[in-house]
Amino acid sequence: MTQKVRNSAADIVAEAQKLRWDMGGDLHDQLTESLYAEAARISDRVVSRPDHAAARGFDRTLDRIITSRIWGFPLMLLLLTLVFWLTISGANVPSALLSGLLIDTIQPMLKHAAASIGLWWWLDGLLIDGMYLATAWVVSVMLPPMAIFFPLFTLLEDFGYLPRVAFNLDALFHRAGAHGKQALTMTMGFGCNAAGVVATRIIDSPRERLIAIITNNFALCNGRWPTQILLATIFIGALAPAELAGLISAFAVVGIALLGVLLTFVTSWSLSRTVLRGEASAYSLELPPYRPPRIWRTIYTSIIDRTGIVLWRAIKFALPAGAAIWLSANIQFGGVSIAEYLIHWLDPVGLFIGLNGVILVAYILAIPANEIVIPTILMLTVLVAGVTGVGDGAGVMFELQSNADVLTLLHAGGWTLLTAINLMLFSLLHNPCSTTLYTIYRETGSLKWTTVSALLPVVMGVATTFVVTQLWHLFGL
Amino acid sequence: MKKQEPIVQPPSDACATCPMHDASALKRLGVDMKNFDYVVALAGNPNTGKSTVFNSLTGLRQHTGNWPGKTVTRMEGGFEYAGLRYKLVDLPGTYSLLATSEDELVARDFILFGQPDVTLVVVDATRLERNLNLALQVSQITERAVLCLNLMDEAKRKGMHIDDRRLARDLGMPVVPMSARQNEGIPELLGVIGEVAASNVRSKPYRVSYQSPQLRSSLSRLTEMIERSMPDLPNAEWVALRLLDGDAAITEALLNGELGEMRT
Repeated sequence: MTQKVRNSAADIVAEAQKLRWDMGGDLHDQLTESLYAEAARISDRVVSRPDHAAARGFDRTLDRIITSRIWGFPLMLLLLTLVFWLTISGANVPSALLSGLLIDTIQPMLKHAAASIGLWWWLDGLLIDGMYLATAWVVSVMLPPMAIFFPLFTLLEDFGYLPRVAFNLDALFHRAGAHGKQALTMTMGFGCNAAGVVATRIIDSPRERLIAIITNNFALCNGRWPTQILLATIFIGALAPAELAGLISAFAVVGIALLGVLLTFVTSWSLSRTVLRGEASAYSLELPPYRPPRIWRTIYTSIIDRTGIVLWRAIKFALPAGAAIWLSANIQFGGVSIAEYLIHWLDPVGLFIGLNGVILVAYILAIPANEIVIPTILMLTVLVAGVTGVGDGAGVMFELQSNADVLTLLHAGGWTLLTAINLMLFSLLHNPCSTTLYTIYRETGSLKWTTVSALLPVVMGVATTFVVTQLWHLFGL
Repeated sequence: MKKQEPIVQPPSDACATCPMHDASALKRLGVDMKNFDYVVALAGNPNTGKSTVFNSLTGLRQHTGNWPGKTVTRMEGGFEYAGLRYKLVDLPGTYSLLATSEDELVARDFILFGQPDVTLVVVDATRLERNLNLALQVSQITERAVLCLNLMDEAKRKGMHIDDRRLARDLGMPVVPMSARQNEGIPELLGVIGEVAASNVRSKPYRVSYQSPQLRSSLSRLTEMIERSMPDLPNAEWVALRLLDGDAAITEALLNGELGEMRT
């Protein structure tokens, strides 16, 4: 770079500033207007429209119904319930098939093979009873619901329904002092909270973005869907006659999801009136045209990509977690295993809020990924309830033929309907998983806000379950 | 593994000009972007199918969704076409390049300073008027722009007719009508990318006509100064506009010599 050019660069800038001063302040508007005028001129010349626009009329009619004041919300609930009902009633059979294959067939084969080569008992336990079984559990519990839920959700997305949801929710978010686009990031959160947190980049104002980040955890992520679906099926669905069980369970799950949405509003509202005070900013939301979803393509990509990625992540966390569970159940001090120590120690706290020590220990062990909470709970329950006839003893995750077996086992562990309801609530309201926390830290660059995001839901979860438990006892249920 | 000799005869000239031949010459490289020959940028309004175009060229399966603003990060991927390797950069979807938001700044800086060999502007054929706003701004910055007239299937469904040849002439850049979701128009697009990258085709920078005589005279005076100082700069008029608009980033780039180092 020569000195000569540098000088004249400074001259140019000086000249520009002088001209700019002379021209006055509306230049930006002038430029924008000229561009729009030019674009309109060109498009008028090249586009010819028919007099009657049938397809457009269809879009408009559909929009009138979907975003209507009267039908908008009921339709949203109906679609949500339909998706869960399909997921719940469709996932049972493949789940049983998978666990039959992975746990009843392959696991004994592995044990047999290990015995025949004379593997040390502890290595055999760690690898097969710990790591393999944890993984097999995660696959058989999670894969079928995900393989049904994700394609359905993606089809709705592809069709153009999500922006209409955002449109319907916009006024509510605005009243909560948050950005309307938070409806979109919340919807992303239903898939994965980490993805939802990244998606908040579409919100420009840092204040509103923080609100969206902190409250994203209230959108029930796919790691927690299986927990909700399983508990709703075995505890709440069991209360209803068999032919309605699927539907009732679906309603229970929708109820929890809606509670999450409600808490999103309440929390956003509280934040924007206290620590994150400010006005909600205006923005324009474009309602895209409805597009016929490419069904096979969507099913293919959502199974290969979304389901595959989430499952793989769960497996990566299940392997070490399985090892940790097995070790904690088999390393003993004075005849009592580490897991039992922890459970007994946390039991009073757990019972106080209508949960139990097992559940709290499971949440501590499962911080890396929500997906393994249920398998961990079941394994630990076997350990403390001393159930015989399932599995091979301490620290073994075992096969359960059906939901009825799970129910029997949990009853033996002292579970009641209250425990199940509280666990469903606690599963909605607890700290985000480690991946999401790391993402929050990366996006905000602030330890303070990451801590807030982690602690706020836990505090709310403990408070909620405590209140529910007290009310439950008060009414003598 | 050893490559097998093709059993069929090498294609004749007629085959070489057939779009299907082009399509078969596409090799999707996914995230493999080693030793690329050209850089292609992908710009466009939100929700016009940019990600779909990206996926069909690279073979990656970046999640596409029918809602605006879902691509929040810059995605990159590679493809090989007719023996040359391309790196494709998917920019955030924006309505304009006036740098009023983070997204717009990212997109604009890449087109300006990244100096991609080809910049694709994906537009929604059914919303041409609003989408052209961005296309015009891109054409003010780079003369290596191509307009992807996407969602033609939807335009047809709505009974619209678009004169793409006239559009190309008016805009002064190549226009490729396509329906990326159905993979229609991708072979033609590849051909145009190849030609623009190899510098066979240049678009004429679009000259927007401004109403105010004062703006016109200031602009021509400043443009002239810039052209004298930096004869290699491809977009002097646009730089002049940005300076007049008080664009801090462009002023800075001019002063520290970053703009001056740019070549056509």
